Amino acid sequence: MAPYQPSQTELDRRKIVGINAETVTDVSSTDYPGHYPGEDQSWDKYKFEDNFSVKIYKNEPMESSFSLIGIDAAVANAFRRIMIAEIPSLAIETVFVNNNTSIIQDEVLSARLGLVPFKGSKQGLLEFLKWNDSEGEERNDVDHNTVLLELKIKCTRNEAAAKGETDPLKAYHNAHVYAKDIVFKPYGRQRNYFSGEDVIRPTNPDILIAKLRPGQEIDVEMHAIKGVGSDHAKYSPVATASYRLLPTISILKPILGKDAEKFARCFPKGVIGLETVTKKEAAKKGSGYEGHEGEKKAVVKDAMKDTVSRECLRHEEFEGKVKLGRVRDHFIFSVESVGQWDSDELFLESVKILKGKCEVLKKSLTNMVR
Amino acid sequence: MPPKKRVPAAATAQEEDVSMADASPAPAASPELDYDIEIDDQRIRILPGASDTAASFEFKKEDHTLGNALRYIIMKNPDVEFCGYSIPHPSEELMNIRIQTYEGTTAVDALEKGFSDLMDLCDVVSEKFQEERLNFIDQMKA
Repeated sequence: MAPYQPSQTELDRRKIVGINAETVTDVSSTDYPGHYPGEDQSWDKYKFEDNFSVKIYKNEPMESSFSLIGIDAAVANAFRRIMIAEIPSLAIETVFVNNNTSIIQDEVLSARLGLVPFKGSKQGLLEFLKWNDSEGEERNDVDHNTVLLELKIKCTRNEAAAKGETDPLKAYHNAHVYAKDIVFKPYGRQRNYFSGEDVIRPTNPDILIAKLRPGQEIDVEMHAIKGVGSDHAKYSPVATASYRLLPTISILKPILGKDAEKFARCFPKGVIGLETVTKKEAAKKGSGYEGHEGEKKAVVKDAMKDTVSRECLRHEEFEGKVKLGRVRDHFIFSVESVGQWDSDELFLESVKILKGKCEVLKKSLTNMVR
Repeated sequence: MPPKKRVPAAATAQEEDVSMADASPAPAASPELDYDIEIDDQRIRILPGASDTAASFEFKKEDHTLGNALRYIIMKNPDVEFCGYSIPHPSEELMNIRIQTYEGTTAVDALEKGFSDLMDLCDVVSEKFQEERLNFIDQMKA
């Protein structure tokens, strides 16, 4: 018996998560074999390929936004989690304090330094630098896994400053210690990768690390290594990696005139548009537009811009006229890099890592059964 | 609340004191096998009480990331009666997957198929993303 094929309207209906004033409905996926009698819901690579699509809205090195359409939350969430916690990046791990007479305690200073994001040659960071625990022949090649950085700064009086100057930045030299004061010390083969434009440096040079007064100084050496976000958030290569489901707004009964304007105000700008009821619509019986020719009516312009505040559900006049929802398999991703990776590469890397996990564990499984 | 009657510490200690036998000595490591390496490599194990069609797998160093994705893809297999995953304790890096299949296949096969299917899925996602990225670059130029 050929599997039963449900109608397109039925399939579209199944995809919608309902959103009511206080509750949500149909939250879980139902696309499993056996859920709908007679239907074939089993995994099929080619079927998935036909249904799955990607849409990119923004693709810049530091920020990208795109949609994955036709994928389950379990997998989309895996990609998001991997971007946050499993893609390696470089951060300061160890701080050697030679001298610190500032009012910031050594351990607080170290914690602050650890959180400073760095950038540099992509090739060097992603290919040349390896994990710190790499064994075997690479073990003694420190240039492979450790990046040496220095911060040596001393605050002195500015003799040239006007008498009675109260602004510390003018009265003293180095009153503020910024991320840009951290100096990269190349070691061994690191020179081949990190020089000139590609030198390892803070992504945001103006991060304030400490404030000093004359006579105080900071002299620290730092070792930066590669790590992952699951170990410490400082290793996370993303500032944010998040998704939301595409909102839907269906206007069930006409919303006209003053109500339409009020309805549009319930949503962010550009979500709801106002159109004039045409003669043809007004002539059609049962459309709800009879006798309203020339009046304004509310139409959905761009549901994607909606924040799903549900404001429209709080007003009596719209009761029964509008239904809010979200598309369960349409994920609008937003990925913001902190500088070591391009944001689109981050997503591709997350896919690669998930595949790699499967590969390793599949081998492990075969090993175990054998 | 009436104040609690204080019992001399020594008295209670005496009553509750139970003599303890020494823990049995740790079993001597067998000289033929280098366990350390074996155990490090092997990240999956079948939990006790498994049969051919029903088994629980314990994954070391895995979490919701793989757990939920794998659960989804295994549930997509029509030969699988049940699949679920859990993280028994948040401070242990362990993830358990339970698979029960219908007759005719085994839990191990279902897990293996799950891995293959998830890899196929990753390939499709990666390909489509790169394709769309090229399209997007063309669009931006135009």
